[in-house]
Amino acid sequence: MSDFAHSITMLQNKNVLLYIGRGLLFTIFISVIAILISIIIGSVLAILRNYFTKGLMGILGKVAILYIEIFRNTPLLLWIFICVVFCPTPEFFNHKMMGLTSVEVKLLWKAAVALILFESSIIAEIIRGGLNSVLIGQFEAAKSQGFGVVQTFIYIILPQALKNVVPTLLGQVITTIKDSSYLANVAVIELMARVKQVLSSAGQYNGTMNVHSSDVFVLFGFAALIYFVIDFALSIVVRGMTEKRKGVVA
Amino acid sequence: MSGMFSYRAWEKVWIYRNTFSLGLLNTVKTSVLGILLALVIGLILGLMATSGNKLLKTIARVYVEIIQNTPVLLQCCFLYYYLAFSGHSMGIIATGVVALGIYTGAYMAEVFRAGIEAIPKGQGEAAHSQGFNYFETMYLVILPQTIKIILPPMVNQVVNLIKNTSCLYIIGGADLISLTYSFVTGENTGGAYAPAYIISGLLFFIICFPLSKFASTWESYLKKKEQRVNTAVKEA
Repeated sequence: MSDFAHSITMLQNKNVLLYIGRGLLFTIFISVIAILISIIIGSVLAILRNYFTKGLMGILGKVAILYIEIFRNTPLLLWIFICVVFCPTPEFFNHKMMGLTSVEVKLLWKAAVALILFESSIIAEIIRGGLNSVLIGQFEAAKSQGFGVVQTFIYIILPQALKNVVPTLLGQVITTIKDSSYLANVAVIELMARVKQVLSSAGQYNGTMNVHSSDVFVLFGFAALIYFVIDFALSIVVRGMTEKRKGVVA
Repeated sequence: MSGMFSYRAWEKVWIYRNTFSLGLLNTVKTSVLGILLALVIGLILGLMATSGNKLLKTIARVYVEIIQNTPVLLQCCFLYYYLAFSGHSMGIIATGVVALGIYTGAYMAEVFRAGIEAIPKGQGEAAHSQGFNYFETMYLVILPQTIKIILPPMVNQVVNLIKNTSCLYIIGGADLISLTYSFVTGENTGGAYAPAYIISGLLFFIICFPLSKFASTWESYLKKKEQRVNTAVKEA
């Protein structure tokens, strides 16, 4: 049997597939959670940056600007390292769960916090683009109907702003799924880390006791294929939406 | 967080300042070479995508889709380990340059394509009728006009590339982040987490912030100009 055929047998090993498959589930899980929470934090940051520009409230706006610019201009990996050291862990995440050891759960929590902090700054800028497209008359109309500031944002402004940027946000999901691979630097939980882990003991699985370049090709190629299928599918959806919107405008 | 104000921790960072300058140098070196490679790949693919030749167009499309839809970290690992296990390892920084160049090249390709497509077709036809060949048309007529449109997205990709140099860590890195990490976890140097991370983050910020500020300022300038033109056209 050639090296390549030996390498392929790894992908027929049920345990290997299961191990990588669980990694994929974690990748999707982390990314979805990170995006959802980042949309909430990002909305708050975007509103602060856009509308809290004057007087004492202007300080909040300045803080939002500082946050967004700092996180947008430094690497995600730096924040992962920082959170691993400094991020406190709530008692809830101090246990075994989802088939991970308590150490891994803790690392997952910390790394997820870093990912959320980082993505929030990018999503804040996306949502700001959406806010800018909401007409100023909407504020006046809401005020005339007796809406308070918070109500105006939650019920009138944000729904319109978010609706305007759905394709861009979905595009950011692609980026987040890719970014989540940076977690591989601190823990073996998600897809990227698990594939690398399998590679390091590939000799056991391919039956030759040695790691060959074909193992690298097969394993990382397999991981690339998984990422590609998910992200490409998403990008097709994004493109469809963008074209539909263009059609409506024209 | 107490380490942030500890005099000894800051002193330690100062004593080992060479670690940080070496890391910065490696990150800058990787970035500059990576950007050059990305520009070359991006320009070639961008020209292929707008050439009108179906085969070239498909090749460019496939490249862009495959590279843009997989993580740069995976590509970097793929390249590094494949070369290492086949006995052709070319070193960490060189691997980083190639991996980042290939990855960012896909984004640059889209930037060039969009830029070239934004120039009215008549420009190319006019140049052609004046006897310019394809490369003269591109180099003398089309590309100079695209520069000001593609500059903001291009600079944003440059910032992304600089941040992505941190993917070197997983292959045994020599970049700023990797050296910072080995500094804070090292046997003799360990412990000064807060000052080391602050310095490292600050260095990235000092490089990236002016670039992204430039990109966003230029972009809003272009938007305002476009609006002015639009209203002028409407009034006329």
